[in-house]
Amino acid sequence: MSGVRVLVGTRKGAFILTSDGKREKWDVSGPHFGGWEIYHLKGSPVDPNRIYVSQSSGWFGQQIQRSNDGGQTWEAVGNKFVYEGVTGTHQWYDGTPHPWEFKRVWHLEPSLTDPDMVYAGAEDAALFQTKDGGQTWNELAGLRRHGSGPKWQPGAGGLCLHTILIDPSNHQRIYIAISSAGAFRTDDGGETWKPINQGLKSQYIPDPNAEVGHCVHRIAMHPSRPNTLFMQKHWDVMRSDNGGDLWHEVSGNLPTDFGFVVDVHAHEPETVYVVPIKSDSEHYPLDGKLRVFRSRSGGNEWEALTNGLPQSNCFVNVLRDAMAVDSLDSCGVYFGTTGGQVYASADAGDHWAPIVRDLPPVVAVEVQTLS
Amino acid sequence: MIHVIVPTHLRTLAKINGEVLLDVAAPVTQRAILDALEARYPTLRGTVREHEKQQRRPLLRFFACGLDVSHEPDDAPLPDAVASGAEPFWIVGAVAGG
Repeated sequence: MSGVRVLVGTRKGAFILTSDGKREKWDVSGPHFGGWEIYHLKGSPVDPNRIYVSQSSGWFGQQIQRSNDGGQTWEAVGNKFVYEGVTGTHQWYDGTPHPWEFKRVWHLEPSLTDPDMVYAGAEDAALFQTKDGGQTWNELAGLRRHGSGPKWQPGAGGLCLHTILIDPSNHQRIYIAISSAGAFRTDDGGETWKPINQGLKSQYIPDPNAEVGHCVHRIAMHPSRPNTLFMQKHWDVMRSDNGGDLWHEVSGNLPTDFGFVVDVHAHEPETVYVVPIKSDSEHYPLDGKLRVFRSRSGGNEWEALTNGLPQSNCFVNVLRDAMAVDSLDSCGVYFGTTGGQVYASADAGDHWAPIVRDLPPVVAVEVQTLS
Repeated sequence: MIHVIVPTHLRTLAKINGEVLLDVAAPVTQRAILDALEARYPTLRGTVREHEKQQRRPLLRFFACGLDVSHEPDDAPLPDAVASGAEPFWIVGAVAGG
């Protein structure tokens, strides 16, 4: 019988929410790693019981945990993330050079084919890779050595590499995004990288059309159309149909196009979800109404999904890694809030209900569809 | 044997049950204790001292015999009472954050 396992990272631990294919009744396990910040956790597509966790603390630094049994037991693996070669500098908030310093792992992206291989997106922005199940990590330094590296500047959350997308049809092609450097693509497995920010316009930087410097919040891709990308930028929802070479805006009729999350329906590559947030200085929903917006046309025409979501006095945020979809029929959609709720829809967004209401602030939500 | 008090989160992380007692050859210093601690519990590498520079993490402090010895040199001998095991060596997390 099919089922789902929702992996939730919060400011104070990880939680695992499981249900059968109906997605009506849920078992809640956790907190795992109570008291630690869990920026992300994700399972291997080829071995769902293999789950990797980024666990961090301002006191004790970075840990990576690994489970081989679907989150029942955990093993701390390698936590040594060292930048390769001469470290160099990026720009600090005030524009002065600042040395690269490892702070934490924001995102873990397991390989599509090898449960022992995982990519890790770090702050300060860098891409690391393990080939031995997390025991050792090596930087794919071609990204940071891209000529624009010294110009990269942190966003409010830090200079974080938060998005990693592997092209299922060509594993040598990987997309990443950095706040606030922008989006980059490799076509050779991480050796060399190119910025893919043409078409983005960011009025908050000196050159709104600059090659780098855009605060990309999240990129999503449907596996059947790896050249089509959807982006939630600081402001603007964007779309590319040529692997990021050129972007165009698809914010359309959204009431505000600031936000963090974006995701794509598991079976409909033109059905896209965002959660608009009022503004960059007011990180909560417009008018106190928590609304997911869905486009069935790949952008521009958006409908508000409100059934089961609070429509008054709601002032939570939905952070960039806190939305995911399952691949059941019909598609389940999930997101977590800074108020500690994890909402689920088993019908592609038409109806919503909270799985849990009172977790610590939710940072990350991933879903595993189990057979 | 040197008695080390380890913060709760690190005890959980390293799956430490009971007291932490380490055999450390003289002279007993911060560096010697932390080297022995990390050898016994490899999971703690990088948690008390940063990996690369091997410096104490900013929100941790070391205490011995009621004194904050955090800013003493890594290789300075610790008090005899710590070296003899009569007093513990404390690794303390700052009361900061939320």
